[in-house]
Amino acid sequence: MEFLDNIFLYGTSIIRSIITWIGFDPAITNMIMAAVYTVAILVICTLVALFYVLYERKLAGFIQYRPGPNKLGPFGLFQTVADAVKLLTKEDIVPRNADKALHFLAPLFVFIPPILALGAIPFGNKLVAVDLNIGMLYILAVTSLSTIPFFLAGWSSNNKYTMLGAMRAVSQKISYEIPVIFSVLAITMIAGSLNMSEVVGMQGKLWFVFVQPLSFLIFFIAGIAETNRAPFDLPEGESELTAGYLTEYSGMKWALFFLAEYCSMFVFSAMATTLFLGGWLGPVLPGWMWFVLKVHVLMTVIIWIRWTFPRIRVDKLLEFNWKILIPASILNIFATGIGVYLFNNFF
Amino acid sequence: MRTQTYKINLGPQHPSTHGVLHVVLEIDGETIVGSETNIGYLHRGIEKLAENKKYPQVIPYTDRLDYLAGMSNNLLYVQTVEKMLGTEVPERASYIRVIIAELMRIANHMVGIGIYIMDLGAVTGVFYPFIQREHILDLFSKLCGSRMTFNYMRIGGVAVDIDEDFIRGTEIFLDQLPKMLHEYHTLVDENEIFLSRTKNIGKISKSQAESFGLTGPNLRASGLGYDLRKVAPYEVYDRFDFNIPVAYNGDCFDRYIVRMQEVEESIKIIRQAMAQLPQGEIKAKLPRIIKPEAGDCYHQAENPKGILGCYLVSDGTPKPYRVHFRRPSFNNISIFDEVAIGHKIADFIAIMASFDFVLGEVDA
Repeated sequence: MEFLDNIFLYGTSIIRSIITWIGFDPAITNMIMAAVYTVAILVICTLVALFYVLYERKLAGFIQYRPGPNKLGPFGLFQTVADAVKLLTKEDIVPRNADKALHFLAPLFVFIPPILALGAIPFGNKLVAVDLNIGMLYILAVTSLSTIPFFLAGWSSNNKYTMLGAMRAVSQKISYEIPVIFSVLAITMIAGSLNMSEVVGMQGKLWFVFVQPLSFLIFFIAGIAETNRAPFDLPEGESELTAGYLTEYSGMKWALFFLAEYCSMFVFSAMATTLFLGGWLGPVLPGWMWFVLKVHVLMTVIIWIRWTFPRIRVDKLLEFNWKILIPASILNIFATGIGVYLFNNFF
Repeated sequence: MRTQTYKINLGPQHPSTHGVLHVVLEIDGETIVGSETNIGYLHRGIEKLAENKKYPQVIPYTDRLDYLAGMSNNLLYVQTVEKMLGTEVPERASYIRVIIAELMRIANHMVGIGIYIMDLGAVTGVFYPFIQREHILDLFSKLCGSRMTFNYMRIGGVAVDIDEDFIRGTEIFLDQLPKMLHEYHTLVDENEIFLSRTKNIGKISKSQAESFGLTGPNLRASGLGYDLRKVAPYEVYDRFDFNIPVAYNGDCFDRYIVRMQEVEESIKIIRQAMAQLPQGEIKAKLPRIIKPEAGDCYHQAENPKGILGCYLVSDGTPKPYRVHFRRPSFNNISIFDEVAIGHKIADFIAIMASFDFVLGEVDA
């Protein structure tokens, strides 16, 4: 069990010793190791996207009384591969009056925030690429960058529908950032640390979701809005804006946006798991397996919500944020502050 | 800061215009300040084509009017010709027609409701009703070999008799339908998002509805319980006990709920019709070549989407001199430009979807 728990750590230490054995000096070794971590995170990103694309389609099929993809390979396992091949071979259309450079860059930028964020998320005990002291702050900072590629995509396409989608994306993402930060703040107050691993370590006895249920709820709702998932998928809103900011994208560029959505969903679920559901902690199974399991449950819930609810309207969306989520999260912080003060002084 | 409104083309290629409706929206941010509906992208000249066909040969063309309710269109046309000829339809045929027409109504409403929910963003909402519609289409395809373009009604009766299989299949279908309706009510009716998207959206007052010539569920959602099956019963509708669901707010939610209730009423009608189904002929004796006397005739019936009317002019030859259809969808969507003003784009989608129109019928 000990071995399984640390299997990835053994892997990295083997790589490190091989590099040292070849005879690189320590600085270069560290750089190579950083590259190894980056590759590992990229692999995780790709696997997550590939798996969850199929999983979502299967689950949606189950919800809708249909089998879902089942022709290619066992259980339709190769469907995603076939889709990827199709998308790669599709013609890449750029509108004539588009800002071609930005149009090209937007789908690349969209992958940066989730990859950066995954770097600071502990997948298991010590299983973290960079164990930052200000991990939470860092993740919130990089994920807030994710507004930019959506706006770039909408703006550069030079289309009214994409512009509407981009405007929606900006207003929605910036507004919903606030409740996310506030709900994380409540956790910080209890934990007294911004380090993700330390926050997990403190949940050994009691998961923070039981201490801060309201905070979890706010974080979860706002997180769905942050990742553009239904019922908050207004920037895409295919029945209103054709495909929102994605309207003018085709082929692999479109696929990158699509995959990035799953990556940011994964990042968000990983954050929720780390902050509220005790991260890698759990009996019997190895830590990273617990982590993956918890994330998987959250992902399932998000997908389930998507295939159940209608889309909310844009003004109601902002109203819900400013009139309900933010006041509730501020109240929650206030209550948490009192609670922490009382706990520290009287118990 | 200087702001300006701009125009956006909703359609003819757009995921939720149900075909090729073209609406030019003038928007201020996301609020609609002007709207102009353009139609004609699906015009196939059915009325003109009909002038070059013999009377029975027109029936298949009517399938293509409102292609989600082919049977009802068939029925209306043959009724009009019968009215011209003065033909009495055998009782059994009349009962079969009612059963088929009501099944068609259920199938149509299933599509209407399903697409409505899908346009609001809940894609799953489309599958539950479509499964039910599929049962009906299976029954129909066993009956007449086609799923959408039935060509089943005949002048003076129906093409083939319904058999035990059909009756048993219909009974099984009707037995499980209320369960699905209940499930759907629990899934949709109390959903906070659905309510916020539909309550008080696209309100149409009674007088507005009347002046724009709305018919069908869209009219009845505005508080006017006008249904030809009750007001001027045709076939054997006067022998059944059923209600006309009416709602009074005239908003999108009411248009949804009226359709759901109509499905339940249709179930009642079909059950009664099957219980009373008499034996006998299914087709009246008519001459081989149908030649109504010179003159004209107008007939209308309550189709799933509203009142479908047919105006026939005969010059005494085997081909109609002029055929004109009063298509309910055409009249229903005429109110869009007025209702849209002041709503958000998303609301406009909800309004369009709640009207349950079919472009094949709008453009004919």
